[in-house]
Amino acid sequence: MSLTDHLIVAPIILPAFVAAFVVLALRENLAAQRIVSFTATAALAALGVYLFALASDGETRPYLLGNWPAPFGIILVLDRLSALMVLLTSVLALVVVAYASGGWDAKGKHFHALFQFQLMGIMGAFLTGDAFNLFVFFEVMLIASYGLMLHGGGPARLKAGFHYVAINLVGSTLFLFAVGLIYATTGTLNMADIARRSAEVAAGDVALLRVGALLLFLVFALKSSLAPLHWWLPTTYGAASAPAVAIFAIMTKVGAYSIIRMNAMVFGGDAGPVAFVAEPWIIPAALVTLVIGALGVLATRRLVDLVAFSVVWSMGSLLIALGLFDVAGLTAALYYAVHSTVAAAVLFLIADMVTRRRGVAGDNLRTAPPIANDALISGLFFVAAIAMAGLPPFSGFIGKLLILDAARASAYGPWIWALVLVTSLVVVVGFARAGSTMFWKAQAVGGGLVAAAPPPEREYDTPRHETAAMRAAVYALLAVAALLVLFAGPVTDALEATARQILDPAGYVAAVFDPAVIPEWSR
Amino acid sequence: MELLLASGIGVLTAAGVYLVARAQTFPVIIGLAFLTYAVNVFLFAMGRLTVNAPPIYESGVKVYADPLPQALVLTAIVISFGMTALIVVLALRGFLESGDDGVQANERTKSESGRAS
Repeated sequence: MSLTDHLIVAPIILPAFVAAFVVLALRENLAAQRIVSFTATAALAALGVYLFALASDGETRPYLLGNWPAPFGIILVLDRLSALMVLLTSVLALVVVAYASGGWDAKGKHFHALFQFQLMGIMGAFLTGDAFNLFVFFEVMLIASYGLMLHGGGPARLKAGFHYVAINLVGSTLFLFAVGLIYATTGTLNMADIARRSAEVAAGDVALLRVGALLLFLVFALKSSLAPLHWWLPTTYGAASAPAVAIFAIMTKVGAYSIIRMNAMVFGGDAGPVAFVAEPWIIPAALVTLVIGALGVLATRRLVDLVAFSVVWSMGSLLIALGLFDVAGLTAALYYAVHSTVAAAVLFLIADMVTRRRGVAGDNLRTAPPIANDALISGLFFVAAIAMAGLPPFSGFIGKLLILDAARASAYGPWIWALVLVTSLVVVVGFARAGSTMFWKAQAVGGGLVAAAPPPEREYDTPRHETAAMRAAVYALLAVAALLVLFAGPVTDALEATARQILDPAGYVAAVFDPAVIPEWSR
Repeated sequence: MELLLASGIGVLTAAGVYLVARAQTFPVIIGLAFLTYAVNVFLFAMGRLTVNAPPIYESGVKVYADPLPQALVLTAIVISFGMTALIVVLALRGFLESGDDGVQANERTKSESGRAS
């Protein structure tokens, strides 16, 4: 094994070491923490690019941890799907760490350490090829996210944080029940081995395996805020600090990724009695998610909640495409996953920029005196809202076209078309109402002269000053969204190849159990 | 033994689900603890129930206990222990800062109106 082969494990090890280093050596030195955290995340993004390029030859590369052969040891697997998610996470993380370094990280202790641990968990979840290891990395990711969610403190965050932790603990329990059932029936936890064996499960165990697979789907549905398991998301996202929510934009996609990995690939076409066991549930639930998300966008009275509900809505669109379980559907789902991660993160950051300027009005959707840099901020909000709502010419539009195109053959086709288009209109109306209340009506009440009195500085208030790096972070995310449109052709080609690889579990199994991969000592 | 174990898991889970649905933080935490106990015992049973059997396979041994669920349970115990500690601290902080131990997130609307006034 050459040194470059070991880079597959680097996205997990690097944040783990950086987090430990930051918390042990740089505890009191925020400036050094920022430099180390940003440099490490930049290195992670470079790694993401390298691994993406490596995986784009279409090969599935298993990495044997401790050189134990599968299925006895835990393996990591780099394929197109995991490389895509690693790249997306690392780019988002770089932007978020730049934004957080503008002042949010000073609002509480250990932001950068928690952030790096969170990255470690997310990267691990994307790279692992073992069902129980997926649980462990979920827990790493969640423990760090509890800390990030509470970052900044205050009673509101504590209450919402309790909800978030309790819900995810229940989710973790269900995850363990599911993993236990899968182990009991297939006798293995290695994903490739589960895929190989689930077609040959004894007839008496089929029902148990189906329950296991569905429980697993339930857990991932909770993470990806599929109705009726979406209610935790607006509460949590509405209470957390801006950079924390921006990185949480990838967490719902960890749920979607896990549905793709476990329910579309491992329990995919070759899985016999458990093939696509989630299929009857996912599209109807996703359609309900669309409606709830859109209604939430229209009903809410706070900007951050509005963005949070638009995330619920976008997860509905994503899961509809995913639920088609074919090449076109998965291509659309992956494109939409990349788009909605970027769009949600940038909207949360812009909402923060708006909030910090509106003084006592905060992010309440009511009229207030005009804000500083009115034209710039409202322009950014406009662009990001259009991208999120899916109007041309931004990435959401292409994502939606792909979804609608993929849905034509589905039995749910008319429902998908009708609800996607109608709820898009509702979301546009919701964003337009928020934008006009905050930016246009402001002129009417304030007369353009009176600046709002700054709110009393509280420990959990938004930091007031905004650095150039924070703006650069927002521009960078918008640039990613623009690149998604400019290079829509090559991007969808790459994603289509990814979708084909996902729907070929036999190729995955063959790559993991390739005799050439078995270490010499155990032959 | 099967009946005892199965009903034990069932009772623990039922108690856990009931308590998690309560409106105060303390019963919710106890409920979560019950749920994690239930799943730990459940994981043990997934390696099949054996008595007086060695845990590691050797040649000549016909009946042996599956060692993997024990490793899984150990991991699950460590994780759930950490999580329980965290949520206890969280509930305590929430109680001390807001003065009640309800689980409703209505505190935000209160602080929001406080900020607006």
